[in-house]
Amino acid sequence: MSDHEYTPKSKFGKWFNDRLPLLSLANHLTDYPTPKNLNYWWTFGGILTFCLITQIVTGLILAMHYIAHADMAFESVEHIMRNVNYGWLIRYVHANGASMFFLAVYIHIFRSLYYGSYKSPREIIWILGMIIYLLMMMAAFMGYVLPWGQMSFWGATVITNLFSAIPLVGESIVTWLWGGYSVDNPTLTRFFSLHYLIPFLILGLVVLHIWALHVPGNNNPIGIDLKKPSKDTVPFHPYIVIKDLFALLLFLIIFAFFVFFSPNILGHADNYIEANPLVTPAHIVPEWYLLPFYAILRSVPDKLLGVIAMFSAIFVLVILPWLDTSKVRSAVFRPLYKQFYWILFADVIILGYVGAMPAEGLYLLVARVATAYYFLHFLVILPILGSKEKTLDIPLSLTEPVLGGSPNEALVRNKKEI
Amino acid sequence: MKIFLRFTLILIFYSLNILSLTAAEKSHELLKPGWSFKGFFGKFDRASLQRGYQVYTEVCAACHSMKYLSYRNLFETGGPEFSEDQVKIIASQFEVVDGPNSEGEMFTRPARLSDNFVSPYANDQAATAANGGAYPPDMSVLVKARTGGADYIYSVLMGYENPPAGISLDDGVYYNKYMPGNKIKMAKPLSAGAVEYIDGTEATEEQMSKDVVAFLSWAAEPHLEARHKIGFKAIVYLIILTILVYFSMKKIWSRIESKV
Repeated sequence: MSDHEYTPKSKFGKWFNDRLPLLSLANHLTDYPTPKNLNYWWTFGGILTFCLITQIVTGLILAMHYIAHADMAFESVEHIMRNVNYGWLIRYVHANGASMFFLAVYIHIFRSLYYGSYKSPREIIWILGMIIYLLMMMAAFMGYVLPWGQMSFWGATVITNLFSAIPLVGESIVTWLWGGYSVDNPTLTRFFSLHYLIPFLILGLVVLHIWALHVPGNNNPIGIDLKKPSKDTVPFHPYIVIKDLFALLLFLIIFAFFVFFSPNILGHADNYIEANPLVTPAHIVPEWYLLPFYAILRSVPDKLLGVIAMFSAIFVLVILPWLDTSKVRSAVFRPLYKQFYWILFADVIILGYVGAMPAEGLYLLVARVATAYYFLHFLVILPILGSKEKTLDIPLSLTEPVLGGSPNEALVRNKKEI
Repeated sequence: MKIFLRFTLILIFYSLNILSLTAAEKSHELLKPGWSFKGFFGKFDRASLQRGYQVYTEVCAACHSMKYLSYRNLFETGGPEFSEDQVKIIASQFEVVDGPNSEGEMFTRPARLSDNFVSPYANDQAATAANGGAYPPDMSVLVKARTGGADYIYSVLMGYENPPAGISLDDGVYYNKYMPGNKIKMAKPLSAGAVEYIDGTEATEEQMSKDVVAFLSWAAEPHLEARHKIGFKAIVYLIILTILVYFSMKKIWSRIESKV
């Protein structure tokens, strides 16, 4: 929290603030000292907040017109698309908004990986972020079920069936999840209820995520601790606000292209066919943002081990702050880590690609190698790198390399790169 | 900044690619006749939609329902835009079951503007039974429900051929170049002269296929024109706002020696 005490100017303000320090909070948020060298990868926090609010607002309106019933859900979505004023716009924003949300969250996560933002003292921020990410995946999955198209139905069947892999109680758990002996109306209504609940859980966690962030303050591209406030920082308002706004607008342009000019390109055509338990689609594929995990799931021949592998893929991320033992945060000063980072990035892209392909032949082989590498990166490479890697000298402050006082020329060169 | 944009573009390209790849399992490249409603300023061709409606009612509607459309949609902006009086006449030619009335009896009456399109069969089972066990899909969102969209439906309509040597087909199964698996249970629906266009256009196979697919595309996406129009405005607005914010940002950050 900010160091200096804040007193409102007006008498009423003071009276109110003594009882509920909202004004102190607002003051803290505007003055919040932010590293001045943050690059555009740091704008995605703001973008994600915008995405969450957009999903909640559009979702609220959709819920006014949507009917959560197996016989009427599909029809009610068509009703929204055809008869509700601007219903098509609200639904397309909501549907594409989910994809945009994930696009932004992946950039946000990969930024954190590159600059070591998950390291001490920011482990709690990172773990909260991972819980948010997990909840996002749940919300997205359940949301995709609601239109009750073919992919909704069969996606729900495949994913809920994963729980049947649990020994002894698996089958009972699946029956319990379904509320019956197959995916049917009770499944749909509970998914709707949970889909409505989860965004508010996310919202609460986002508040904690930001709160935890405001304790140590932002990490930055150099990854060093900064004195706050100092010459190395700027107040959040107006400097970061205007920059986040600019980045958000660029993001919105891309968003708008999807919504207005190819609203269905990120979805699957089969979801415009009403759910039919008697007809299985040729390929059941999840939405693009879940494909890497889907690839990991399918690359393991045993069902239970596959499910464990898929959940472990997220779990290794949760414990990442303790797997990466290097004291240096930013990849800028970690020449080896930087290379492994990009290999991991390519690995995840490859996993996403093979996740969309049928699990056979070469695709399956590639998926297996990529899955193995994914775990290798986190469980073997990172711990070893921490002790073996020769990192570059890190500057003492943001201004140091510029002032020319640094004894190390490499720093000046690195500064340009940042 | 540049890297940021490039990265975003790469990601988008990647996501687009995945989808086209998941879709790519057609044996033949689809026919692409070119549609007026594609592209940033894409609009429907009214005359074509009206002809398409004629093909739909005279040919397709014998088996295929379109239950999510209402008769009033036919005169709404962005669609075939028949006049309201024309649509009233069109609707009145269909009988709908209504009721119960005050005596508790169901009765039939001519359809009104607010009624949904009357389906050719009482239910899906009846439709399946009457068509040799193949359910004729509802056409309301058919274009969106098929990978390849309008091009795919057009290709299937134009893709009937004699089966190549070595392929034998059961009774009631036909060979189609573009259908996945090449087998289709619908007999070739459109042959030259199948309808007599009111506006005098020559009813060739290509013409009818194009018109009816344009009509189905509108039916699947009735607000497409509004979407394109609003989308163009929204993006122009966003770009202007972005430029203004960019310069404000530059101005504000000029007080700090760090670059934005």
